[in-house]
Amino acid sequence: MLLIHCPYCQEDRSELEFRAAGEAHIARPENIASISDEAFAEYFFMRDNPKGYIWERWRHFNGCGRFFNAVRHTVSDKFVVTYKAGEPKRSLESLGLGTTNAGGAK
Amino acid sequence: MKKYSAFAVVREALRGHKGWDKQWVSPEPRNAYDVIIVGGGGHGLGAAYYLAKEHGITNIAVIEKGWLGGGNTGRNTTIIRSNYLYEESMDIFEHSLKLWEGLSQDLNYNVMYSPRGVMMLSHNIHDMQSFKRHINANRLHGIDNEWLTPEQAKAYCPPLDISATARYPLNGAALQRRGGTARHDAVAWGYARAASDRGVHVIQNCEVTGIRRGPDGHVTGVDTTRGFIGAKKIGVSASGHNTQLMAMADVRVPLVSNPLQALVSEPLKPIFPCVVMSNTVHAYISQSDKGELVIGAGTDQFVSYSQTGGIQIIEHTLDAICELFPMFRRVKMMRQWGGITDNTPDRSPIQSKTPVPGLYVNCGWGTGGFKATPGSAHLFAHLIARDEPHKLGAGLTLNRYYTGRLIDEAAAAAVAH
Repeated sequence: MLLIHCPYCQEDRSELEFRAAGEAHIARPENIASISDEAFAEYFFMRDNPKGYIWERWRHFNGCGRFFNAVRHTVSDKFVVTYKAGEPKRSLESLGLGTTNAGGAK
Repeated sequence: MKKYSAFAVVREALRGHKGWDKQWVSPEPRNAYDVIIVGGGGHGLGAAYYLAKEHGITNIAVIEKGWLGGGNTGRNTTIIRSNYLYEESMDIFEHSLKLWEGLSQDLNYNVMYSPRGVMMLSHNIHDMQSFKRHINANRLHGIDNEWLTPEQAKAYCPPLDISATARYPLNGAALQRRGGTARHDAVAWGYARAASDRGVHVIQNCEVTGIRRGPDGHVTGVDTTRGFIGAKKIGVSASGHNTQLMAMADVRVPLVSNPLQALVSEPLKPIFPCVVMSNTVHAYISQSDKGELVIGAGTDQFVSYSQTGGIQIIEHTLDAICELFPMFRRVKMMRQWGGITDNTPDRSPIQSKTPVPGLYVNCGWGTGGFKATPGSAHLFAHLIARDEPHKLGAGLTLNRYYTGRLIDEAAAAAVAH
């Protein structure tokens, strides 16, 4: 079971209190009614699904109830960092993890 | 290939079992093949077999990173059924079930397909309505599925507790009698042997590290840990790692990879006659011919390639099993494992051409790919050979994520596959 740090509660809590909420930093197109089918499919269905570091959303469902973002490795499942929603995406360089996501989907 | 038969067993018993051939040859890879299948699970090996048998293409290599059936083919609960809701799903899973029925004879390999019945328990009015809808849809489509009262369910599966005081009382069950189980390893080995016999190269311990394309964009071959191997066509069928393989050709696929867990108990005397699934309390169980209780658990809800999965997931499943079948409370669990499944947004598989000419993908079977093995392999071979989908798989292409014509089994099949 994972131990997850909620950046709002500032506590390490068990995975049971959280819900995974998919890939993070996907911006909804502003003009969603007028984008092409390809652009919509890319936004709505396509995911990075990396074997390596992933940027994803979690929700502290049985806690503060808030969404936040996390960087985690998908083979070890180890969390590198969690940060509040709305904060800029943490780059691998800023986390001291090199420059390329080996095993990543892209 | 020497034919397996009762006579052969007797003959070899009399001469010290010295006459058995290797089941498949493991040749050095050629420089190039007509078709390369990436992924030596049941789907990939089966596709190679049907390409050779039905489409006359024998210059094929199946390239496998580990050993045959060492991935999800050997890590599942072996449940076979075709009682899906939507036409596209019923088509392919019923096609598969029909192939299961004759597979041992076709391959001359005992895959131990056992139509012992798959029973889905109904615990509440919602289950009843949903299952009856499935039953009606199935019967209209020529697929067997029937409604049982709790007493009929108990008669078919005596270990069930149908008393009113049960923790999860039953108000009925849906039964597909042709559903059942098969021996998962035998499926991989049987296809490998039959394909090898028709000239297919089965290459193990060889990881594909890149997909090469020519100036016209058409595939030219794969880079592997044993060097470059040329190919006119490439079929990718690598379950949890399909995303990584498709990324080698810059193709994006709508997949997320999640660990799915299962576990088996210590072997017991025959005690459990069929497969029982309960979507509501999320547990499914059967007994293997070795006597182990085979129990399926759920998936972790986040992307992971850990091949383990959270302990709370199997705890939740075993809670449900113990409530449904209190007699199993003191049974010891022997092994637990996790396989990496690739899941699509609509929980239906993808079998499709890709934007890259000569590159085909068989993916998104999620948590329910084993039952589809023969059907999926058969249709994938058709897709690769003819460069167009078989009519039974025409709805399974990548195109549906652009047109919006999804096959939303996510809601229909609930959680358990």
